Amino acid sequence: MASEFKIRVNEQLHNVSADPDTPLLYILMNDLQLQGPRFGCGLAQCGSCSVLLDGEEIRSCVTPVSAVAGKSVTTLEGLPSWYAKQKKLGKTPGLHPVQQAIIDEQAVQCGYCFNGMIIQAADLLSKNPHPTDAQIRTAMNGHLCRCGSYPRVIKAIQRASHRMNADMVTPENEMLADDTEAAGVAR
Amino acid sequence: MTSHQTGERLGIMEEGKAPLDGTPALNPGAATIPRREFLKTGGALVIGFSMRGALAAAFTNQEAGAPAARAAMAGPPDPKQIDTWLAIHSDNTATVYIGYVELGQGSTTSLLQISAEELDLDMSQVHTVRLDTNLTPNQGGTYSSSSIARGSPAIRTAAAEARKALLEMASTKLGAPVERLIVSKGVVTVGGMAGEAQSVTYGELIGDKQFNLAFTGDAPVKPVSDYKLVGTRPPRNDIPDKASGKYVYLQHLRLPEMLHARVVRPRGQTAYGSGAKVATLDENSIAHIPSARVLRKGDFVGVVAEREWDAVRAARDLKITWDIPAILPGSDGVYDAMRAEKTGDRIVLQRGDVDAVFSSAAHTASGHYRAPYQAHAPFGPNGALADVKSDSALVICSTQDVYATRNTLAGVLGLRPPQVRVQYYEGSGTYGHSCYDDVAQAAAILSQLAGKPVRLQFMRWDEHGWDLYGPAHVGEVRAAADAGGKIVAYQYDGWHHNWSAVETSAQLALGTPPAEWRDGAAQMVNPADCGGMYDIANVKLVNHHVPGMNYLRGAWLRSPLDLSFSFASEQTIDELAHQAGIDAYEFRKRNITSDRWMGVLDAVAKASKWDETPRPPAAKLSKEKIATGRGIGLGTHLTSYGGAVAEVEVNKETGKVRVKRMYGAIDAGLAVNPAFIENQISGQLVQTASRMLLEEVTFNKTNVTSLDWNSYPILRFEECPEVVPICVQRLDQKSTGAGEEVMAAAAGAIACAFFDATGVHIREFPLTPKRVLAALKTA
Repeated sequence: MASEFKIRVNEQLHNVSADPDTPLLYILMNDLQLQGPRFGCGLAQCGSCSVLLDGEEIRSCVTPVSAVAGKSVTTLEGLPSWYAKQKKLGKTPGLHPVQQAIIDEQAVQCGYCFNGMIIQAADLLSKNPHPTDAQIRTAMNGHLCRCGSYPRVIKAIQRASHRMNADMVTPENEMLADDTEAAGVAR
Repeated sequence: MTSHQTGERLGIMEEGKAPLDGTPALNPGAATIPRREFLKTGGALVIGFSMRGALAAAFTNQEAGAPAARAAMAGPPDPKQIDTWLAIHSDNTATVYIGYVELGQGSTTSLLQISAEELDLDMSQVHTVRLDTNLTPNQGGTYSSSSIARGSPAIRTAAAEARKALLEMASTKLGAPVERLIVSKGVVTVGGMAGEAQSVTYGELIGDKQFNLAFTGDAPVKPVSDYKLVGTRPPRNDIPDKASGKYVYLQHLRLPEMLHARVVRPRGQTAYGSGAKVATLDENSIAHIPSARVLRKGDFVGVVAEREWDAVRAARDLKITWDIPAILPGSDGVYDAMRAEKTGDRIVLQRGDVDAVFSSAAHTASGHYRAPYQAHAPFGPNGALADVKSDSALVICSTQDVYATRNTLAGVLGLRPPQVRVQYYEGSGTYGHSCYDDVAQAAAILSQLAGKPVRLQFMRWDEHGWDLYGPAHVGEVRAAADAGGKIVAYQYDGWHHNWSAVETSAQLALGTPPAEWRDGAAQMVNPADCGGMYDIANVKLVNHHVPGMNYLRGAWLRSPLDLSFSFASEQTIDELAHQAGIDAYEFRKRNITSDRWMGVLDAVAKASKWDETPRPPAAKLSKEKIATGRGIGLGTHLTSYGGAVAEVEVNKETGKVRVKRMYGAIDAGLAVNPAFIENQISGQLVQTASRMLLEEVTFNKTNVTSLDWNSYPILRFEECPEVVPICVQRLDQKSTGAGEEVMAAAAGAIACAFFDATGVHIREFPLTPKRVLAALKTA
């Protein structure tokens, strides 16, 4: 039986009518017409459906819509403004630094897994602004890529890490210049 | 970017013969439409509904920002017309119509580089459209890494011919001879003169009008020495949208009024020859999902519902039982079963007298090798949208060959091919013939049954379980060398079945009898991989074709069989080197005269700082728990030259193998965009590590049992090797494939590195801990 839910996605409230056990993924894809989270396995094994729930990466394919009421969902589409808010930037960049680094490194092959890659990397960098190679591999280990793009994703995350730390001292971001904690604060 | 050749398809299917059934045929009924008719009836089959807002632009097959495309009608358009290949727009941009699909390999950008080069445009001025049987030319399928090799000649010469025509128009307009005209970014100027009177743009000359010119192929193309774009590294045009989330994958598409659909099949495929029969089906078992209903045709069963989740759970909850014969050999028994079959044998190559030389050679090596079925396992399972009416059909899917898919769909639906429009949208990397045709047929059948548009998404277990796998293989190889390390004899015998020619949907719905592809180069023992890189006087290669009915479905999987060949062959070569006391790299150099093979071999040896001091593997059998080793290998698919070095660690207590570093080099002739090739090499190295260490389809007597990423694991971040890709640029050679050729080399290199680490030849992959421990025990 369908129930009514109010869910917050990318800082907007949406009313949805759905069976309570409907995985969040189907709501995001079909009701909200978002393209970031996408179907890969439906089993929480691959990471293609990842979103941030209150700043933590989760698998939307196994998370019932009823479980996200009252929480904040961020998808790939909302990642730049999530980042701006987190870093207290004056304006929202067009892309999250991880997204830009993915482009700069030309890391993509088919790109289907990159929703999850980017979401997880953003989660990682929000908590650990200077991850080592090993820390990146561990954090990303739950995300699969059939094309074998892992080496370039690692490079892109390293690049984004440098970029994000540089972001802190740009002139338009001066309010953060002395706030060394900021990069590590997730929410 | 993957595998299997159009030429081979030509050889084994009869052109023009109607597809009964789901059999992939070569465009029967796809007679070329005369140009006049093409124009007159343009738009006749345009489907008149609109997609949901954000996708409307995508549905018209138009890149954002690109000018309007030409009218659509049933193709293929006449390849002998310039207008088939490109259009010049008023804003001085060009749309290039390409017959090869973008699969994430970057070939679309590369082909645009070639077009822009010949037209003297820059990259921002060239666009393309997605493949569509109503719009794009038929260049055959995107197989065997052939997009550049086979796609570029027509595109290059058409662009050159269009440029020639444009310069003639400019000559008239500007009152100056063609020889004095200079073009830059589509602006034609009279040499040495500035000012408006002396310049005109392509857009002003022809803007959105047809050339109406026969494509003769006579216009001269640019000499390589004049290239400004080809050979450089412009970024891929699809990556920004893929990173931002704006890229429209097949899985994102929706049609108005459509139903969501799922197929209902046994979990895990059954023997190819016998399919699966519905024993009992209780439609009331999904009565608790009011919007869902069961659709059935023969033994083909699906469910449709307005909400996607309702379709998913209806497929899950439907009570159905199947009659499935217990006739599969099982994944453990498959090798003995294949080896025992009465096979169709063919001598692929015979030169000299292997037997005579073998008996007197100084060094001999031989082995029996086994390679498993492996899955395409695209990261996002295949999906398709279909809107089937009584006299027309639109099917949107991720096929590698829109025209071949159109033909098989027409057969399944009882329509003529021109009544079916197939549009390509990129899904996730397919690496060969995954379920994209199967899902397209299934969606079409469901739409026909439902009388409504349908979106079908395969579930993970559908894709993993009903894939057309890269076939299992048994290889028996022997080779001999003289005392000086010269290989004097080589024999390879290979056992495997061919590819399956009928999709599951057609088999279940229509009872189409299963059939196999007839032998073709990519399905047989491959002379290029099996000793072909070495100069050997006495060679015998024998293909043993196993009848495939009581096995799993097969199809081309990236670098088909090449990993299996190289795994067996390169270990045999290494054994000869070891016996002769010669370093593995040095031994190969002594047996190669081709500068192209030598080029990739030297490239990886140099990059990896290969130390040519011979290293007896026995010395590596130390007491250390972790043994390290390095291996070098050569291999290819059908063209190009691949070399690789692998560095591995073997934990002798746990049997765990890790590939730490890999170096891969390819010589694919003229590299149009070396950056894309490097990305392809990186992917090939990682995917090869995955396939050699982890990947194996498992099955019992009735069904496949590897149905997800836990039961069919692939390589993860923590196990991923460092990779060093090397593109050997050959400006003087024709472009050949670059999407799979390093894999064979890398498979050989990993196996040889294992030998270097342990002194043991590993006879079966993947190199799982259990298999490795068993192998070490026998040493």
